[in-house]
Amino acid sequence: MSNLTLDRRRFLQGSGGLLLGTLLFTSGPIALMAPSLSWALPMTTLDSDSGDKLLLMVRRTFPHDTMEDAVYAFPVKALDQKASTDPGVADTLRQGVAMLDQKAGGDWRKIDADKQFAILQDIQDTPFFALVRGNAVNTLYSNELAYLHFGYEGASFPKGGYLMRGFNDLSWLPNPPASASPDPFS
Amino acid sequence: MADFKHDDDSVVVIIGSGAGGGTLANELCQKGIKVVLLEAGARQNQGTFINDEWPSFAQLSWGDTRTTSGTWRVAKDFPNLPAWICKTVGGTTTHWAGASLRIQEHEFHALSTYGAVKDANLLDWPVTLAELEPYYARAEDKMGVTRTHDIPGLPGNNNFKVLYNGAQKLGYTECSTGHMAINSRPRANRASCQQLGFCFQGCKMGAKWSTLYTEIPAAEATGNLDLRPSSQVLHIEHNDKGLVSAVVYADATGQQMRQAARLVAVAGNAIETPRLLLNSSSSRFPQGLGNGAGMVGKHYMRHTTGSVFAEFSEPVHFYRGTIMAGIISDEVKFKPERGFVGGYEMETISLGPSFLGAFFNPGAWGPDFTRVMDQYTHLAGLWIVGEDMPRETNRVTVNGAVKDQFGMPVANVHYDDHPNDLAMREHAFTQGQALYSAVGALKTHRVPPYPSTHNLGTCRMSAKAEDGVCNGHGQSHEVANLFISDGSQFTTSAAENPTLTIVTLAIRQADYIAQEMKEGRV
Repeated sequence: MSNLTLDRRRFLQGSGGLLLGTLLFTSGPIALMAPSLSWALPMTTLDSDSGDKLLLMVRRTFPHDTMEDAVYAFPVKALDQKASTDPGVADTLRQGVAMLDQKAGGDWRKIDADKQFAILQDIQDTPFFALVRGNAVNTLYSNELAYLHFGYEGASFPKGGYLMRGFNDLSWLPNPPASASPDPFS
Repeated sequence: MADFKHDDDSVVVIIGSGAGGGTLANELCQKGIKVVLLEAGARQNQGTFINDEWPSFAQLSWGDTRTTSGTWRVAKDFPNLPAWICKTVGGTTTHWAGASLRIQEHEFHALSTYGAVKDANLLDWPVTLAELEPYYARAEDKMGVTRTHDIPGLPGNNNFKVLYNGAQKLGYTECSTGHMAINSRPRANRASCQQLGFCFQGCKMGAKWSTLYTEIPAAEATGNLDLRPSSQVLHIEHNDKGLVSAVVYADATGQQMRQAARLVAVAGNAIETPRLLLNSSSSRFPQGLGNGAGMVGKHYMRHTTGSVFAEFSEPVHFYRGTIMAGIISDEVKFKPERGFVGGYEMETISLGPSFLGAFFNPGAWGPDFTRVMDQYTHLAGLWIVGEDMPRETNRVTVNGAVKDQFGMPVANVHYDDHPNDLAMREHAFTQGQALYSAVGALKTHRVPPYPSTHNLGTCRMSAKAEDGVCNGHGQSHEVANLFISDGSQFTTSAAENPTLTIVTLAIRQADYIAQEMKEGRV
């Protein structure tokens, strides 16, 4: 028992912080697929507060009201990974988070959402904003949880494609004639 | 797989294994000609293709540095990604959507038909539709193009239903699921389309034609093909008679190798092909190999493109099934009363959330942007492809200030829209928005051109040597055993997706090369 504690302490020494969350929408598409309602994201370089502040920044930049924090954790993880291999990125993120707090006059998480958005508009030409926005637009929308959120059905080949899964099930417009769109099973 | 020696100067060396290079390789191998096919990318297969947009992009796309300049929006949003094309065995035939249209008769005579256009350098092709017709027919058979050779058309998906109904409301009469190189029934030992919806990510059914699993295995079976993947050609060498003699390439380990050649065919797509010629200058060819007329790299065309996306109150699920599920051809004719020369096609397109986020409005953020993303399952979309103007100033050059991992100057792509391009795009956007509004769209959106998937014209065919780079057979005007075998040959861009024509020209070029070799002229 004491050996285990020692090992864990040594392991935690060099690592970053931890992001924790609970799924809010318990009958939402993500909760229905998730193994549990709580989630955790260990980071290697960013500390917990910075990770938390960046998550909020990405949420304000790409606001989806019903999108779980768990999805926004993906861009934070990607930024953390970049920071772990590139000290320049780590510095930009650290200074950027400090700038958010400074413009908020304290902890930037504690001010109104409107004021948070206004700060982002203010800094949208900075390299820090470009780094976070550019990274987030690719990572936020490129993961299984985001696909569940949007109703996108993801990889198709393992399920045999859409030929039998509604590729032409739209019924609120008339069907085109066979000359334009032949029957798949004739 | 054949294994030809590096000093074997009886081989034909083909650079690039896509629609042009892959087809040319097979056609020559079938005639008993030995081919070394050098491909910069790695060899994937239906098993390794990935049904996920960004991971697939990383697997298949050309990501080596290129630079951009000019007023086109791509240079601002994607300064190092002028094109969305491939670096993989099979080239861009792994990624393409399958649209297989013949160029129209009058488009081969663009200058004579449209007249001279100010600030553009239109030119008639040195070949006609009549000369290409037998080869078009062979290509359509080879590729299994629907609605040719008794092949039934594909069934249309939800995205197509919206397009079709919108087309009817606008009075369009030429809307169908089109001519597609995608099996609607099992054919040529390949499965039929299961409407996977990941055409752009490599067809895991093998239903969509790609040289990767058609031309290349067929060529291998002859015993005359030596395919070398992960082999990036750096420059082409010539002898003191001014004929090409060898190519220098970096192999999979990065070591530089020299392969002797009797003839070299360049099919690296319209950015790498001119880059290679420009990087192969010598005292005899100070402006680049075969560039005596100064036309190599010029007249870069990317088609007049853009997309229209529309939001509906009912679901569409446009990602289900073929990406290019149907087409409207009513606007493809020459109708100068619209205010521009040339025509355009309207083709369905769908994107996953990953690409929608990246390309819907590059750089955009905030609630106006995310609100559209949240409509994801209620979106329909179409892509515009129209004839853009050839301009000498739209060109590929080599950027002396930026070198690749082998020390070679990278390609720079410069592009400015011509007023004709702008007028055509405006017309097409307006029609696209009207189409979706006519069937109840809540909102419609104009989406800017993506990094170019159609790249053309940079080593164009011309009747006279001073007007281009190669003749009607893609043979260099200056170097008899140097051939251009990809879309770089296109004299003008026409309004049609280019792959069918690239394959057609390659079949015809193979006949010509075989004849010239037999008669000792190359």
